[in-house]
Amino acid sequence: MFPFRIPVRDWISKGVDYLVSEYSALFDAFSSLVYFLVDHLKEGMLALPPLALMAIIVLITWKMAGWRVALFALFGLLLTENIGLWDALVETLSLVITAELLVMVVGLPLGIMAARRDRFDAFIRPVLDFMQTMPAFVYLIPAVMFFGLGLVPGVVATFVFALPPLIRLTNLGIRQVPAELIEAADAFGATNSQKLLKVQIPVAMPTIMAGVNQSIMLGLSMVVIAAMIGAGGLGEDVLRGIQRLQVGQGFEAGLVVVILAIILDRITAGFGNKSNQHS
Amino acid sequence: MDEIIRVKNLYKIFGDRPLKAIEALKKGESKNDILKRYKLVIGVQDVSFSIRRGETFVLMGLSGSGKSTLQRLINRLHQPTRGEILINGTDIVKLGQKELREFRRKTFCGMVFQNFAILPHRTVLENVEFGLELQGVEREVRENKARKMIRQVGLEGNENSYPSQLSGGMQQRVGLARSLAVDADILLMDEAFSALDPLIRRQMQDELIELQAKMKKTILFVTHDLDEAFRLGDRIAIMKDGQIVQIGTAEEIIAKPADDYVRAFVEDMDRTAVLTAGTIMQPVRETAFPADGPRTILRKIRRNGLSGILVADANRQLKGYIIADHLADYIRKHSEDKDLTLRKDLISQPTVVTSETPLNEVLKSYKDVQYGPVAVVDGRNRLQGVIVRGAVIAALSEGARTESNTNDADT
Repeated sequence: MFPFRIPVRDWISKGVDYLVSEYSALFDAFSSLVYFLVDHLKEGMLALPPLALMAIIVLITWKMAGWRVALFALFGLLLTENIGLWDALVETLSLVITAELLVMVVGLPLGIMAARRDRFDAFIRPVLDFMQTMPAFVYLIPAVMFFGLGLVPGVVATFVFALPPLIRLTNLGIRQVPAELIEAADAFGATNSQKLLKVQIPVAMPTIMAGVNQSIMLGLSMVVIAAMIGAGGLGEDVLRGIQRLQVGQGFEAGLVVVILAIILDRITAGFGNKSNQHS
Repeated sequence: MDEIIRVKNLYKIFGDRPLKAIEALKKGESKNDILKRYKLVIGVQDVSFSIRRGETFVLMGLSGSGKSTLQRLINRLHQPTRGEILINGTDIVKLGQKELREFRRKTFCGMVFQNFAILPHRTVLENVEFGLELQGVEREVRENKARKMIRQVGLEGNENSYPSQLSGGMQQRVGLARSLAVDADILLMDEAFSALDPLIRRQMQDELIELQAKMKKTILFVTHDLDEAFRLGDRIAIMKDGQIVQIGTAEEIIAKPADDYVRAFVEDMDRTAVLTAGTIMQPVRETAFPADGPRTILRKIRRNGLSGILVADANRQLKGYIIADHLADYIRKHSEDKDLTLRKDLISQPTVVTSETPLNEVLKSYKDVQYGPVAVVDGRNRLQGVIVRGAVIAALSEGARTESNTNDADT
């Protein structure tokens, strides 16, 4: 139909190549920072006896989500240990936590900025659409080019995938703060930062926590995919199950992902409810 | 009384290029034409007035009349399009952002809102501390002040409750306490009691009047409720289409509505709550002196065609009331006695009100008394006038009639 082909793929390849060759020092520095975080987190958690870490997780679950979920967490984690997937679970957990920390560090300020400036909001909206709808596998390629194989590209791909919901919901939460509350803060002579810290963020907290919850859930689903670039953890066991057509092994690992997902979901939802209970 | 706020030729136009609307207004174009032609909404047009220190000034009008906009111009939550707002002599229209913030902190007790606008994630105590916290007041100091204010508004024991645990009336007390804790000169209240049900609203109005008697703030109160305006306001400004139609005390507005718009408003109102004994009383034609003999007194009564007479001394101090028939009986029985003196029990206690007593209370006292007029006295029990039944009935009939009757009473 066309006598020519628009070289989209060349542009992107060249762009990525350019970034890789010109900014490799920057990527290396970032890479070692992320590796440092994930690795220390993982080693720290593995250094504890499994039962001790389980107790901590169960306690947190009990605090945030009640004894029923805590009981579920206890049995789920014991099962994980019993079928030999404990180390994989810890690895996945540290990956998710690191990625989520990065998401919060980047997502909260961006969400706040989007809420305060309509032009920034208009700019970031399509970017977020792009990030969310682009098939997750596609992120793996540039992640590998920038950061090699292993934990770090896994964290980065997870970060990119899990970032949008937090930005969106932070933006939404702050925009939904009733106008009267903003007027009240102004009438009492609040500075912009007082308004943000004492009114907007606390009032938006339930919505922001919903964003954290959503991004953790997305992150967890990405972590499995990230195993394809050597991120390790539970995804690796799922992947091995696929490659060797071992249904049982694949489902075992999948089941542990579900257990972890439920625990993390209930804990973060619990946070949201706690900040919600007075409104 | 010195003035604290003076507003001069203030305009607020919403929309792009608002000055076009001011030109159009000056040419006499209507609000609707300007909206259609320029897509500009007129919030406030050419308003000038001043508020005295310590008075409760009410902005009254229907929704869309510009009353809330005008209030928000005064603490510059809205940016004025043109005009001056002098508060304690400072033109706040000219202040920069930072100066404005400082000015708000030291001049205004924040604001009290229709839907309370208290923070859901903070306890009552933390909410009341809010204004002081923004000013950087030390925790201990602000907590003490906040606790004191919570006591003032009758919320003690609820310091650690969250707003969601409180009723609407209690939430608005939190809003009020938060404002009063700041302890600045001017208290802005925007439809503060309109979201409350009528009984609670009444109660909050009474409490505000009580608090105001102690605090002596300058209150700028916005409401659409005329009864509320007349109850609370020392003076009331009635607004329509972004302009002030009339400013005056409740009685001035009732007695002499500036135009048909105000008259229509005032007609629906419970007149007896606003009109006072002072407006409908009539001068006393003749009084008896305590030293007068019975026959002298009777002659005074008959001469004026009365059924009785008030007794007052030379200083117009009210001493009592004598009923003509009783006096006549007494004289008949003692007709031979040339030096007949007045027997003490002939002087009865008349119904007494002050000139500030609202008419509805005068009416109540009428139920208990079968005869004689109601005596109107001042604070030192000096006789000012009398109210006769006919005048009360006249005052209750429609506005135009009241106006003429009040004039009669004055002459």
